[in-house]
Amino acid sequence: MIVSNMEIIPGKHIKEHLGLVQGSTVRTKHVGRDILASFKNLFGGELRGYTELLHESREEAVNRMKRQAQAIGANAVLNVRFSTSSVTHGAAELFAYGTAVKIE
Amino acid sequence: MVDLIVLAILLALGYGFGRHFEKQHYKSIIRREAELRHITAIASRIPPAPQLADDPILVTGSVVISVDYFKRFLAALRSLVGGKVVSYESLLDRARREAILRMKEKARRLGANQIFNIKLETASISKNARGNIGSVEVLAYGTALKPLQQQER
Repeated sequence: MIVSNMEIIPGKHIKEHLGLVQGSTVRTKHVGRDILASFKNLFGGELRGYTELLHESREEAVNRMKRQAQAIGANAVLNVRFSTSSVTHGAAELFAYGTAVKIE
Repeated sequence: MVDLIVLAILLALGYGFGRHFEKQHYKSIIRREAELRHITAIASRIPPAPQLADDPILVTGSVVISVDYFKRFLAALRSLVGGKVVSYESLLDRARREAILRMKEKARRLGANQIFNIKLETASISKNARGNIGSVEVLAYGTALKPLQQQER
């Protein structure tokens, strides 16, 4: 499964467009990380716990998108976009969407 | 009185550590930017010249970064009179450059030397009760390409 945020794949021909596929996940971290993060908020700098959390969730969102694409018989997802929104304090929704296509 | 002392201590801690971390971070950003200069990050949507390439791979880099207490205090003061909030400018600058660097590091691990269609996204992750921005997440993503002639060499 090819995942790319370009609209075309150089040197490859798109046989069929299969429409939009998407994947999303809402995650929150445990209290310990939250407390650590609030300390870090005092000194500034990277909040590793959050970085990891968001990275993992984004991967999960992409995987869900891939699964959806596979289910409708696509072998590539093009023009992928990401979007993040904080739903409540400490919880974030990670959303990935793209166009499922069949390429040669 | 106690409140004032606590505030002064928090401000001093924030100022000291915040400055230290920021300096260190900038040093590491500049060093790694020089290291990764051979990987070109291009914002155009489609490669300029059609080229034979391996399958494209989506690469991402993200970072969540927080501003220190002292800078947050300054920003709150600044919002009284309006104008440029320098303390947040450097925060976002660091976050963007770090995210791009992480994306490039991933591309390097895959053996690619070009990244196309780079998009940057910024989201504020945690807001406290007063609505101040505590930390921002920056995500950089793009499509890494491995030119074929490069591989044969």
